[in-house]
Amino acid sequence: MITFEDVVKVYPGGSTAVDHLSMELPTGKMTVLVGPSGCGKTTSLRMINRMISPSAGRILIDGEDVTAKDEALLRRGIGYVIQHAGLFPHRTVLDNVATVPVLLGETRRAARAKALALLERVGLAEEFAKRYPAQLSGGQQQRVGVARALAADPPIMLMDEPFSAVDPVVRLQLHDEFLRLQQDLGKTIVMVTHDIDEALKLGDRVAVLREGGHLAQFGTPRDLVTNPADDFVSGFVGKDRGLRGLSFDDASALPVRPVEGLELDAAGKPRGGTFTKADSLRTVIDLVISSPTGVAVRVGPDGAPDGLVSHHDLADYLASRRP
Amino acid sequence: MIEYLRNNHVIVWQALQEHLYLALLPVLLGFVIALPLGYLAVRFPRLYHPLTNVYGILYSIPSLALFVFLPVILGTKVLSPINIVVALTIYTVALLARTVADGLRSVDAVVVQAATAMGYRRTRRLISVELPIALPVILAGLRVATVSNISLVSVGSLIGIGGLGQLFTRGFQLFYMEPILIGVILSVLLAAIADLIIVLVQRAITPWTRVA
Ligand SMILES: Nc1ncnc2c1ncn2[C@@H]1O[C@H](COP(=O)(O)OP(=O)(O)O)[C@@H](O)[C@H]1O
Ligand SMILES: [Mg+2]
Repeated sequence: MITFEDVVKVYPGGSTAVDHLSMELPTGKMTVLVGPSGCGKTTSLRMINRMISPSAGRILIDGEDVTAKDEALLRRGIGYVIQHAGLFPHRTVLDNVATVPVLLGETRRAARAKALALLERVGLAEEFAKRYPAQLSGGQQQRVGVARALAADPPIMLMDEPFSAVDPVVRLQLHDEFLRLQQDLGKTIVMVTHDIDEALKLGDRVAVLREGGHLAQFGTPRDLVTNPADDFVSGFVGKDRGLRGLSFDDASALPVRPVEGLELDAAGKPRGGTFTKADSLRTVIDLVISSPTGVAVRVGPDGAPDGLVSHHDLADYLASRRP
Repeated sequence: MIEYLRNNHVIVWQALQEHLYLALLPVLLGFVIALPLGYLAVRFPRLYHPLTNVYGILYSIPSLALFVFLPVILGTKVLSPINIVVALTIYTVALLARTVADGLRSVDAVVVQAATAMGYRRTRRLISVELPIALPVILAGLRVATVSNISLVSVGSLIGIGGLGQLFTRGFQLFYMEPILIGVILSVLLAAIADLIIVLVQRAITPWTRVA
């Protein structure tokens, strides 16, 4: 657990970047710090690995003040990923990834073996190992950045706008890969972004900050969408938060009608998309809207269709859910 | 010319060796001194402008003046090669300290911060991240210093110190073209070869600069 205890950061010159910030970031979860530009996200993040020192207050990792440890040693135990990756231009991809294990005293050979395995893990073929960062696309560099942060298997990872500089298609792909990776690894992750969609999609917890470094709300994505603490949060979460809210509810209670008159394609599969009880209501809405027949098909665990949902069914169900 | 070379190859060979020694020893000394001085200008940003100004002034002292006045300051004999070595070392330091500073400053701050965040301490970061990335700039300065030292050694012969310049003075004294020509050709060749070697070394140790 990472604990912020009444942390304040005032930069020389007098601007308050972080104002009495207190929060607890749970172990093994991903907490996203989100807010408009200049609200103190990067400053908060970088106080965790002591790249910046607080003006007041403390930060604890599992109860231990971060200032208790030698700063270089502390940092070797915390992965760090930044926008544009910040790779070492003079080192090959493999040696970039091997950086921290080498710092920790492993032989270059052992560190490289580790690095090679990690490259595969983040979806980079072995042929990239010998290349230099300048020979990679932005998305590939970002993957190397993630691999480099993971190389020494640190329990904590700090990520500052890691996906902001890549194009939207690649970003979505990186999100999905990253979620999968995190599911396996269960790291304690603190990520910074200015993109609320990204925050709601990736975060187990989301901390919304506002200008002047105030914590506006700390909670699960669902909390933010369904129970915004104030106008700032509801404004930030956006106008379509009603629709967003539906991503947090699954389709298990959605009534379906019996399967009849279903058009099957050549392979015997229903036309249009299918969903299961575990999918979100938002997914079902998408399917119904985009289905050529205006009907979405529910399938059971065996993949066989077991119910249909139309525009009307969905509208009735949503109306019935209103408090 | 061949005739002259055949008869005087011992003198010419000796002049060539002296020339190399007088030009390259200062490059080596200057580089070693310039590294910490250049680093200082980056480590303490407030010092950058004052220091680089001093380096600029040193570099602008006319070489002949330096060759003549150094014996007075150092208490060396007028004909001592130490004067040349000290003078050229001063030029090399003035040139390279600035280049080292600019090279280090050219390293992307984001990369330096990433290195710090990975857990590099200052010294190791300097040696294994900042200096290697600054190498192309530093080596460019080293080329200039080497080539200009090789030509400046010839000036030293005006006051009677060794090197290929001796061949010029000898030629002028005897109203004889051959030694002058040979001196010129050899010093140009020397500069070109030294430059080429540095370029080749640079290509070998900075492979990442040639990929994108
Ligand atoms: N090194 C610094 N010196 C002075 N002010 C700074 C410094 N770094 C950031 N700030 C100021 O602190 C505030 C928060 O910055 P930052 O934490 O980078 O915000 P964010 O990451 O949310 O965009 C901003 O107003 C910024 O101008
Ligand atoms: Mg920021």
